[in-house]
Amino acid sequence: MATPDLPNVDGAGAAKLPGFQVELARDMPMQLDSGETIGPFTMAYTTCGTLNADKSNAILVCHALTGDQYVLESHPLTGKPGWWGLMVGPGKPLDTDRYFVLCVNVLGGCMGSTGPRDINPETGEPWGLDFPVITIGDMVRAQALLLDHLGIDKLFSAVGGSMGAMQVLEWAAIFPDRVFSVVPIAGAARHSAQNIAFHEVGRQAIMADPDWRKGNYLKEGATPKGGLSVARMAAHITYLSETALHRKFGRKLQARDAVSFGFDADFQVESYLRHQGSTFVERFDANSYLYITRAMDYFDLASEHDGNLAGAFEATDVRFCIISFTSDWLFPTEESREVVRALNAVAANVSFVEIETDKGHDAFLLDEPEFYQTVSGFIEGAAEHRGLGANRGQDAK
Amino acid sequence: MTADGGTLSALNEGHDLKRRDLGIIAGMIADGSRALDIGCGDGALLDYLVHQKNVDGRGIELSQAGVNSCVAHGLSVIQGDADTDLAYYPDGAFDYVVLTRTLQATRNPKDVVSQLVRIGRYAIVSFTNFGHWRVRLQLLTGGRMPVVGDDGYAWHDTPNIHLCTIRDFSLMCEDLGLTVQRALSLSRSGVGRELNSTGAVANLRGEEAIFLLTRE
Repeated sequence: MATPDLPNVDGAGAAKLPGFQVELARDMPMQLDSGETIGPFTMAYTTCGTLNADKSNAILVCHALTGDQYVLESHPLTGKPGWWGLMVGPGKPLDTDRYFVLCVNVLGGCMGSTGPRDINPETGEPWGLDFPVITIGDMVRAQALLLDHLGIDKLFSAVGGSMGAMQVLEWAAIFPDRVFSVVPIAGAARHSAQNIAFHEVGRQAIMADPDWRKGNYLKEGATPKGGLSVARMAAHITYLSETALHRKFGRKLQARDAVSFGFDADFQVESYLRHQGSTFVERFDANSYLYITRAMDYFDLASEHDGNLAGAFEATDVRFCIISFTSDWLFPTEESREVVRALNAVAANVSFVEIETDKGHDAFLLDEPEFYQTVSGFIEGAAEHRGLGANRGQDAK
Repeated sequence: MTADGGTLSALNEGHDLKRRDLGIIAGMIADGSRALDIGCGDGALLDYLVHQKNVDGRGIELSQAGVNSCVAHGLSVIQGDADTDLAYYPDGAFDYVVLTRTLQATRNPKDVVSQLVRIGRYAIVSFTNFGHWRVRLQLLTGGRMPVVGDDGYAWHDTPNIHLCTIRDFSLMCEDLGLTVQRALSLSRSGVGRELNSTGAVANLRGEEAIFLLTRE
């Protein structure tokens, strides 16, 4: 199959993605952590709910590595419902009857925000590996520029799981005056050696694919589907728990009564992973995968404070709700607890809940009632302190 | 005594607080202050402080079910352990640090109390008095370890590993060089009495005690 024909937003008459796209950093390029600059660049985002008159009810949802801005509305390429319908919507924990929920495709992404698949204005060809390396901090600063554009001084909350949690923590660290509360879920203040190792396996799989063409596959009309698919398969295992995999598949065979004594997908779990890989390549760009995994690897909030994580949150007024899951071995509870300790060291206002589940890292996307009750309660409590009463979204002064 | 009862009823303002010690403790905490409740359970005291007294309140609770329920009710609570997690807080981070009916379950009560007065300007500690005459009588007449309170733990399954009397606690505070700003004993009916100088009567008649401590 051909690569899905995603629109490039720089060109006039490009097909329009559902949601919004805006060009930012037009007057002055944005400084990146790498020392390079970028700009102008495009941010693609979706919104649900209504921004109140004093613009105080905005919640930023930060997506994970392979997520995008289609948090509630269905995905334009896969047609699947939004990825966090359990969290966002009318009457949901992030209640769109009360809050204005904003979700932005990250800088470096491939769903309409500027990334390596877009055209480099200097060459007229796709950026490929000429795209500057970006960091979680760069993603957050790009989101802040979008808020400037929307006239939102201060978010009521920033909420995200996995890489979303990294962005959310970064928000609290670098823009403590622009965010009232944060909910980092299944995250950490730094990427662990084990996580970097898994990412490296994924990247090497992509780069080993002859169709990757040293990153120039778009120019050369190829797509490194095999490599990206293997990267996805390896990563997908880390999102699940052994228990969940066993419950779902055990050693069950795929549409056969006996093993084939060959290398077909004999086992259901193999077939499942192959499916995960092959559907992923239909919606994701391989170079984006390289850039975004790199951004996660480079994430280490303490490093900018001489290794002292508490330094990142000195004198913070932000309200924190840290959530982890018992069976998450990619971002284990201990990583969240380290953040909690750092926050305690600065006497920050912090809640910390570990949810009992056997569903692994992906639990934040799944039906875990206690998890949603926690977020709901925290958001409600924060709204009370922020002076955002029920339904104030509609009748703000 | 009516005189005592009169002064203390003004303190016992936590009408919504079912547990008798919590009402009196709430009365000791100034409006708009900053408080940390260690072993906050279902968050009853914290909820009262935050909503009735405008306190910037935080909690620590060992049981995950307790934590989740607190956070789901909008309270700022973390899962944690009094023995290990207090060390992470800075000096003087709170006006009040409260430890209700929890000290007996800590591994190192003396260290915990030192942490309380380090983190808070005031520490408030409540505990069951094992010097109460009924407890003494249980051991004397039955020859078995006393079972106290509603939880009914037997000696072999109780999480309460460091039980003490009012006298024991007073001596430990002395040891630590702490100042007892106030000390109350509570009878079964929930009437609080200030301890006299020796505390001997309270140690016999009080079912529960509440101490307000400072470092100096």
